[in-house]
Amino acid sequence: MSEHDSVYDGLSGHDAPGDDSQWAFGTDFEDPLAGVDTTIPDGVDPAVLATYCLMLGDDALVHSHRLSQWTSRAPDLEDDIALANIALDLLGQARLLLARAAAADPAVVPVLPEGSPVPPEDALAFFRDTADFRNLRFLEPENGDFAETTLRLLVGAAHRLALLQRLATSRDPVLSAIAVKGVKEVTYHRDYAGRWVVTLAQGTAESRRRVVTALPRVWRHHAELFRSHPVEVAAAASGVGVDPATVEGEVGAVLDQVLAVAGLERPDVPAAGPMPGGGHGMGRDGRHTELLSRLLAEMQSVARAHPRGLW
Amino acid sequence: MVTARVDDRGRDLARSVAARVTDPEMPMLTLADLGVLRDVEETAERVVVTITPTYSGCPAMATMRDDLVHRLRDAGYADVEVRVSLSPAWSSDWISERGRRALVAHGISAPGAAPRHDGPVALSLLPTRRAVRCPRCDAPDVRLVSEYGATACKAVYACEGCLEVFDHVKEI
Repeated sequence: MSEHDSVYDGLSGHDAPGDDSQWAFGTDFEDPLAGVDTTIPDGVDPAVLATYCLMLGDDALVHSHRLSQWTSRAPDLEDDIALANIALDLLGQARLLLARAAAADPAVVPVLPEGSPVPPEDALAFFRDTADFRNLRFLEPENGDFAETTLRLLVGAAHRLALLQRLATSRDPVLSAIAVKGVKEVTYHRDYAGRWVVTLAQGTAESRRRVVTALPRVWRHHAELFRSHPVEVAAAASGVGVDPATVEGEVGAVLDQVLAVAGLERPDVPAAGPMPGGGHGMGRDGRHTELLSRLLAEMQSVARAHPRGLW
Repeated sequence: MVTARVDDRGRDLARSVAARVTDPEMPMLTLADLGVLRDVEETAERVVVTITPTYSGCPAMATMRDDLVHRLRDAGYADVEVRVSLSPAWSSDWISERGRRALVAHGISAPGAAPRHDGPVALSLLPTRRAVRCPRCDAPDVRLVSEYGATACKAVYACEGCLEVFDHVKEI
């Protein structure tokens, strides 16, 4: 226990000039891709690769933030910790993916005031406006109760796991490495959520009522998960990405398996349509519900108030 | 690239200093025991240490990096660079035998063999079955309390023999 006796140890011993390893937002400027070869594979459009990484990274970031809102509020301590851990895994994936996006095409990174110490992945997370986010609208709704949260986590994790498994063979070695690691993590997320959905659905009359009520709310945005965006199609065509339409069958089979054990059926609800305002009206185009704006307002407020990391 | 100015003894020193840095959350393990330390290379100008993250969001990575830089600086290496290696992804199989004994000696159960992800990952709706023994009394009769523990890498078990609750480093 020699070198970690005090939690304040990290604040001392940073006497080297220019050592910026402690900063106001509480983490440091370790480049998550330090030493990683970020050369773009032949024949891949850097803008497509960057935008594609933003899509996967923003999904992870938004879902992570929603799950982190359970911290200190979950039904019991174990699940409080479980949701925080899942949020942390997703935040780690988001950080790597946003860093990969920035390395592929620096033009996607917001320009900050000169002298700002904010690294590119943080600039992408904290200084983009709602319309620049590329996440699925499926992940934007507020958590609702624990039943709604676990249902959304089940569907989101099943979708993400299927994508990451295919991305393991991406022609982009960085994306491939992030995906291989992510598969291990999201496997736990999907099992955790699946077990809770079954437990709640087969539990008390009240817990079942909650699952039955939450299912149609979660399912409204279900179709969006498998709608192909032109950037995803282009990324798939150049061998770096996955067209989400190709995972619908596999994800559906997993979800049907859970629903069958839980004694539930796919709800018959009208799918949410495209958002007005141009593009394809998808979350992938930057067309979001107002819930994302509120989420970002909270998540970004400290960084935006102190863009130089000083106060 | 190793230059002629570096002798074998010097190279060994950088490696042994880096290998002795401990994990901030499980300080009974060195980074070498944990399998996080992938490479230490010394050139005339600098020491380049390569580490691999355990979990994507593991907050201990930043502390590991700082500790490596400071221990090597203390040992006289002015210019230290820490690089990240994402591939191959870290596996709990990389924890050394010495590390596994140290975990058990500190009341933490060591991981079994990591699952293989060759084909589609099967859904598991039943509690994960692991051949875990209590690290304190060695009883085989244990029950899973939570798949998630104090850190992302650990699950929580309880021993039906001595009734102690203990951490188990997850297979990944």
